Amino acid sequence: MLEMLGIIVLWTFLYGYIIVASIDFGAGFFSFYSKMRRQDHLINGVIDRYLSPVWEVTNVFLIFFVVGLIGFFPDTAYYYGTALLVPGSIALVLISLRGSFYAFAHYGARENTTYQFVYGVTGLLIPASLATILTISEGGFISVEGERITLLMDKLLTSPYSWAVVILALVSVLFISASFLTYYADKAKDAAAAKLLRSFAIGWSLPTIFASFLVFFSIRTHNPEHFDNMLDMSWLFLLSLGCFLIALALLLKKRNYGWAFVFVMLQFAFAFFGYGASHLPYLLYPYITISDSVTSPQMGVALVIGFIAGLCLLVPSLILLMRLFLFDTKYVQGK
Amino acid sequence: MELDNTMLARILTSLTLGFHIIFAALGVGIPVAVSIAEWIGIRKKNPLYLVMAKRWLKGFTVTVAVGVVTGTCIGLQLSLLWPSFMKIAGEAISLPLFLETFAFFFEAIFLGIYLYTWDRFKNPYVHWLFSIPVIIGSTASAFFIMTVNAFMNAPQGFTLADGKIVDIQPLVAMFNPATPSKAGHMILSAYAASAFALAAIAAYQFIKGRNHEYYRKSLHFTVVLALIFSVGTAVWGDIAGKFLAKYQPEKLAAAEWHFETKPNAELIFGGMLDKETNEVKYGIKLPYVLSILATGKPTGEVKGLNEIPEELRPPLFIHYLFDGMVAIGGYLVIVPLLYVLLRWRKKRSATSRPMLWAILLGALLSFLAIELGWIFSEIGRQPWILYGYMKTQHAATTADNVGEMLILFGCLYLFLGIVCTLVLRRMFKKNPVENDLAKAQDIH
Repeated sequence: MLEMLGIIVLWTFLYGYIIVASIDFGAGFFSFYSKMRRQDHLINGVIDRYLSPVWEVTNVFLIFFVVGLIGFFPDTAYYYGTALLVPGSIALVLISLRGSFYAFAHYGARENTTYQFVYGVTGLLIPASLATILTISEGGFISVEGERITLLMDKLLTSPYSWAVVILALVSVLFISASFLTYYADKAKDAAAAKLLRSFAIGWSLPTIFASFLVFFSIRTHNPEHFDNMLDMSWLFLLSLGCFLIALALLLKKRNYGWAFVFVMLQFAFAFFGYGASHLPYLLYPYITISDSVTSPQMGVALVIGFIAGLCLLVPSLILLMRLFLFDTKYVQGK
Repeated sequence: MELDNTMLARILTSLTLGFHIIFAALGVGIPVAVSIAEWIGIRKKNPLYLVMAKRWLKGFTVTVAVGVVTGTCIGLQLSLLWPSFMKIAGEAISLPLFLETFAFFFEAIFLGIYLYTWDRFKNPYVHWLFSIPVIIGSTASAFFIMTVNAFMNAPQGFTLADGKIVDIQPLVAMFNPATPSKAGHMILSAYAASAFALAAIAAYQFIKGRNHEYYRKSLHFTVVLALIFSVGTAVWGDIAGKFLAKYQPEKLAAAEWHFETKPNAELIFGGMLDKETNEVKYGIKLPYVLSILATGKPTGEVKGLNEIPEELRPPLFIHYLFDGMVAIGGYLVIVPLLYVLLRWRKKRSATSRPMLWAILLGALLSFLAIELGWIFSEIGRQPWILYGYMKTQHAATTADNVGEMLILFGCLYLFLGIVCTLVLRRMFKKNPVENDLAKAQDIH
């Protein structure tokens, strides 16, 4: 019971991270791409106004998920920690570069093309590298011999499933980001930016849905058990597809960009929770299941109380942050 | 010294922490100074203080960014480099780790609001109020993370069965005997070091010949803060000494080269140790002081190293680390005290060159003291990672390539350090205080 609650909360946080981080990562790429095409003056104002107050919060979502996972399921630290030393460290370095660059950029480095390049490219490499952790959780990429746990790098790099996940991560980041920024630019009454960003959103919509199918079918060969579970919950994935179609329709009709983004979020929510639910009971197939969770009942209770207390603090604060920067028309318009 | 996985993991962890702690200390301390300055500015309707708060905060965004990313590094390295430790102890420390993340989250949200809402509210106190959750968040996150470290020093609140930690009592584990001394000493020293860092900026401008009223006010304000926090740190250091004597006697004994258990113990400062005879040469010996530090009584008995099996003793060079930290602590109290006395007597020498240089040096020394204190505390509990329960050598990762990761992160920190310095320099060179003051004047 406790472990179910734990994994649901954690999964929700990971979902939150995927949405807010995607907006950030995609924004970096669009900013670089449009600089190359000399259109950056169109969208950089919008991007900056949104990212400045929230980039640090984005980062915390990730830490929160990791700490929570280790807290609730200490075995994950052992398996993933040992296996992921090298890829994890590389991802960390990328995250560090990107995070610090954002703050540095405010004070002069912004116009520098190398800077823009690093910022844009790390924005795509980070989701790709983080997505491989989900790949590894499907099993088949880790060997365990006694005390020795190793990541089978060659297997990971040659697996079609793992590449499908990477592609999905990349295109989803761009799609989520573009649909949010379209809404934000539209709210800012910045017609030129909205037009450009809308074209990005539509451009990345079909690759996203295509990549989703790719992942869906490559799981079938990689982990049939998981695939069968997914079929049992196929209604969730159909709902996801439905939400995608609505979002795309709204984008094409150039209206209700806010709702379009809500449906994009729902599209990913259904798919993400469907994926997560069908992955259970495994956290790392077949070594860790969710029953390998906290063993002390008192610690379990304390964690749940801590969670609830923390959420009571966080949710109002996040709402305040959004009201001040996201839904404050004056701020959004840069006044 | 053998460069096996354990040693490499230790070096990488200390590199990350050693780098992170500079920015972490600033992250905890600077919001306090900023908030007080803004409050004074609003209350006295003095734009100088508001400009001060704003300028500090602007520089702070750069240091806080480095703090956040290096903090992310150490947070994840805990599992990447010490998976066996996390498997055993992860559950016992999960609550404070969680709470730390919450506190940090809270701080991140309100820092964003605080930074981007200057002049947005009619009532200036509304903006000031947003600094309170920032301070609460940063100080609380320092507190929670210190309870984790304290737990590793004085583990309690669980039972050990078949190499597994079971029956955890979360609050007992969190509020272990090491928590008060560690958290208090660390938080106060972070406040003090940040005040010194800000004081050094003002002192530097004075040395360069700029003696605008702004610098005078800013120097005075920060040095007074530094004095208060330095005294607090020193007083709390005494609590920390008494904790060591009671719970980790070998750490204190190794720090003081105190071999025989005896009353009326003397404190040794500096000196050289003869490894054969365990005799100390050239050291300054202060009679009774160690007994006072350890027990509060000049005649109190202090446990000596001879009672501890050789393989469980920490390395003896920590004596120098301890001495360095304590000596700097003394310096950090004396310099601001002297400044305040001179100012009080209205002596011009309060801002004389030697005084200004002494303050400037104080900033560097305060961060050095934090580093020394940390290294002392961490190396002083070797060979244990979980004091009395788990040795460090059994906790490190078994994966390959730790050495390569050490180089990778070394380059990252070098790069971040250089860029951070350049950006900060450039930021304030391009925008001297006169600009900000002129802008403030225009508004009022």
